[in-house]
Amino acid sequence: MSDAVLQVEGLHKAFGGVRAVADVSFAITAGEMLALIGPNGAGKSTCFNMLNGQLTPDAGIVRLAGRDIVGLRPRAVWRLGVGRTFQITATFVSLSVRENVQMALYSHAGRLRSLLQRFGAAFRPEADALLAQVGMLDQAERPCGVLAYGDLKRVELAMALANAPRLLLMDEPTAGMAPKERVALMELTAGLARARNIAVLFTEHDMDVVFSQADRIIVLDRGQLIAGGTPAEVRANANVRAVYLGSAH
Amino acid sequence: MSFASIIIQLLNGLAAASSLFLVSAGLSLIFGVTRIVNFAHGSLYMLGLYGAYSLIEALGRTPLGFWSAVVVAALAVGLAGVLIEMLVLRRIYRAPELFQLLATFAVVLVIKDIALFVWGAEDLVGPRAPGLSMAVEILGKRIPAYDLLLIAIGPVVLGVLWLLLTRTRWGALVRAATQDREMVGALGVDQAKLFTSVFFVGSVLAGLGGALQIPREPANLDLDLSVIADAFVITVVGGLGSIGGAFLAAIIIGVAKAFCIGIGTVTWFGLEISFSKLTLVVEFLIMALVLVARPYGLLGKPQAVQRVAADPVPPLTAPSWSMALVWVMLLVGVPLVADRYVTILLTDIVCFALFAVSLHFIMGPAGMVSFGHAAYFGLGAYAAGLLFKRAGLPMEAALLVAPLCAGAFAVVYGWFCVRLSGVYLAMLTLAFAQISWSIVFQWDSVTGGSNGVFGIWPSAWLADKTTYYYLALACCGTGIAFLWRVLFSPFGFALRAGRDSPLRAEAIGIDLRGFQWAAFVLVGTLAGLAGSVYAFSKGSISPSTISIGQSTDGLIMVLLGGVETLTGPVVGAAIYTWLRDVVARHTEFWRAVMGGVILLIVLLFPQGLVGGLKALVFRWQERQA
Repeated sequence: MSDAVLQVEGLHKAFGGVRAVADVSFAITAGEMLALIGPNGAGKSTCFNMLNGQLTPDAGIVRLAGRDIVGLRPRAVWRLGVGRTFQITATFVSLSVRENVQMALYSHAGRLRSLLQRFGAAFRPEADALLAQVGMLDQAERPCGVLAYGDLKRVELAMALANAPRLLLMDEPTAGMAPKERVALMELTAGLARARNIAVLFTEHDMDVVFSQADRIIVLDRGQLIAGGTPAEVRANANVRAVYLGSAH
Repeated sequence: MSFASIIIQLLNGLAAASSLFLVSAGLSLIFGVTRIVNFAHGSLYMLGLYGAYSLIEALGRTPLGFWSAVVVAALAVGLAGVLIEMLVLRRIYRAPELFQLLATFAVVLVIKDIALFVWGAEDLVGPRAPGLSMAVEILGKRIPAYDLLLIAIGPVVLGVLWLLLTRTRWGALVRAATQDREMVGALGVDQAKLFTSVFFVGSVLAGLGGALQIPREPANLDLDLSVIADAFVITVVGGLGSIGGAFLAAIIIGVAKAFCIGIGTVTWFGLEISFSKLTLVVEFLIMALVLVARPYGLLGKPQAVQRVAADPVPPLTAPSWSMALVWVMLLVGVPLVADRYVTILLTDIVCFALFAVSLHFIMGPAGMVSFGHAAYFGLGAYAAGLLFKRAGLPMEAALLVAPLCAGAFAVVYGWFCVRLSGVYLAMLTLAFAQISWSIVFQWDSVTGGSNGVFGIWPSAWLADKTTYYYLALACCGTGIAFLWRVLFSPFGFALRAGRDSPLRAEAIGIDLRGFQWAAFVLVGTLAGLAGSVYAFSKGSISPSTISIGQSTDGLIMVLLGGVETLTGPVVGAAIYTWLRDVVARHTEFWRAVMGGVILLIVLLFPQGLVGGLKALVFRWQERQA
C-alpha cells in the first residue's frame, strides 16, 4: 500500500525467551480507524509500545509515511506526527487542563526553552479550540489532578491532537469509562479522524465499541495476527471465534 | 605490593565491611518496609558505640563485661529505635515522604545533643576486646584477632537475617511489605506492629554495628552523619531493600578503602598519586559508577509498586511581585533602624534564602530531591575564596565568576544525576557532595584543608556591614526573583510537567533529561552565587560549607517552610537561621532545641509552615462563608 500512514512488517519482540509479539505485519491508511484486539496477554500493549518507540523491536520494520522509525525515541516519533494516549491516563496533574494542552502546543512549536517568558501567554486560542473539540472547554481552568477519569481521557485526546498528528495511537482509550461515555468518546475520535484525515490505531476490550467504530479490525493472539478485515469478516472468522469463545465452538 | 600485604589489606577491608554491613542491612530493611529514608540511622550507630563504651566501663573490662556490653548496647539502641518509630514516625506515615525525612533530620539533631550531654564533646577511646587483644600472625604479618572475629560476624549476621526473612512468618511479612505495602495492609496485617518490629531489628543492627567498633574506632559526635553517608552508599550500591546486596557492597567498599590505605602514595609516570587520600572518595566513585551502569544497584530491583496514595501536588501560585516589592522595601529599611548584629544576621538569612530557594526549585517543581545541595553552595564559596586569594582576582570579579565555577561542577554532576530518579537520585547527589567535600578537605595546599581559607574580605567600598548587606540583598534577591520567574516560564512548566508524568512528557516530545540537566546547572549556579556572597560576608570559609550538615540544613529550611509553596523556602531559611542563632547564644544544646521545634512542627503542620498557615486560612475562610 503506497498511501499507508503506518506500515508494520515482521515485528518481533521477546522478553527473556517469552515471545510477546511474533511476525506481526499490518498497515493503516489516512482517515482509517483500525482496531487491534485480542485476549489479555495477546501482546497488544507490547505492539503499541514498539510503534511509538517505548520498546525497541527485536526484528521488523515500522514505517511512518515511508520512513523507518525503529530505534527512534518516543519524543522523536511524536515529532514525526504520532499522537499517543495511554491505557492508564498520563497527564500533568498539577497543571490545569488548558496548561496541559498548551504544554503539547509549546513543545510542538519548540518554544519550551524560554526562561523568562510567561508560560500560558501563547497558544491559548489553539488550546481552547482543541478543548472545545473534545468537549472539555468548560473545565479548562481545573487542575488535571481533580478530573474524573473519563474527562482525563478527553484531555489526553486533546493533547494527542496538538501536534496535528497523522497517526493516533490509543491504548485502551475507553478503559475505566461508563459504557455510554465509551461510545461517545470513540464517535468523537472517529469524527475527528475523518475530518482531519488522521489514521487511528486503537486497542479495546469493549466489543460494542470495536465493532461499531472500527473500519477494520486485526486480531492478535499469543503474539501472532490470526485474522484481519472488516468487522463483518472478523465476526465470521472461525479463528477469532475459537480464540474468544474457546475451540469447542 | 607483596602477596602477603594484599592478603592483609583484604582482611582489613573485610573486618571494616562487617560493621558497614550491619548498619546498612538495618537501613535497607527499614526502607524496604516503611519507605522511610531514615537519616537517624547513623545516629543509632553512634549511640551503639557510646552505649557500649559506657557499659564496658560499668561492667568491667572482662570478656563477659565486654560482650554483655555489646549485646545490651545493641538491644538498648533497638529500643531507642522503637521509641522513635512510635513517638514520631508512626504519626506521620501518611504525610508526604519528604516530611518524614525532615522528621528524621530532627531526630539526628536531638540524638547528637543527647550524646553531647551524656558523653561530652571529647572523643572516647574504648578498650581492646578483652581476651582478643592479641594479634594472629598470617603470612608473616600480624593481624588483630578481633578483626578476624569481625570478619566472621558479617556472614553470621547475614545468615541469621536470611533465616529470619525466609523461615519465619515475620520474615514473610517483611518481604511481602517490601514488595507491596498496601496489599499487606489490605490483607489485615497489623502494620503498626510490623513497622515497629522492623524498626527494632534495624536499630539493633545499627547499634550492634556501632558497639562492635569499640576496639577499632573512638566514639565521637561526627559519626552520625559520616556513618549515614557510608550506609547510604552501601545500600544504594547493593540495591535498596536487598540484604545480600548490602553485604556484597559492604565488602566491595570495605576492601576498596583498605586497599587505598594500603597502597599509600604511588608514583606513576612521574605523577604522584596518593591513594590514601582517595579513601574518603573511593566509595562515592564506586557508587557513581555502579548507579550509572545499574540504576537500581547491584542486586536491587526497580522500586516496588506504590499505588497512587499521595495527593497530587497542588498547583503553584505565581509570586505576587507587589508583595515582593513591599518585602524588599522593608528589608532595605531594616539597617536604618536595627543594629549591626541584626544586619549581619540578615545577610546570613539572605544567602541561605537563595540557597534554599535554589534547592526548592530542583526538589519541588523539578521533582529531583537533592541530598547534596551544599556541593554547589560550598563550591561557590570556595571558588570565590580561591579566585580571590590564590588567583588574585579582584573581589568583585571573584564574586561573580565563582557561581559559574559551581555551575560548571553542576554540568558534570547533573549529567549523571538526571539519569536516575527518586531515592537513587538523591543518594547520588549526596555522593557528589561528599566527593567535593573530601577533595576540599584533603587538598591542603590549595584549599587549606580542614582549616579552610582565610582573609576573604570584600573590597573597601563594600567593607561596611550595612553596605555588604545591601550587596547580598541585591545579589540574592535578584537570584530568587530570577528563579521564581523561571518557574513560571515555559522552561519551568516543562520541568513541572516532567515531574508529574515523565511518560507523558516524553510522549509529547519533551526531552526531559535535557531540561532536568539544564535545571541542575541553573540551580547549581545560583546556589554557587549564594555561597560566593556568603564567603565574602564571613571573611573565611571552612569545609563545613560543603558538608552533609549544610545540605541537610538546606533541606530543613525548604521542608520547614513547605515544599509545595513558593515562599516557603524563604520563610524556612529565615526562621531556621534566626532560631539557630538565637538558641545557640543561649544554650550549648541548640541542636536539641531545634530538633524539638522541628518535630513539633512536623507533628502539627505536616505541610510545612507556609503550607500549614495556608490551610488554616483556608479553613477559617470556609467557616466564614
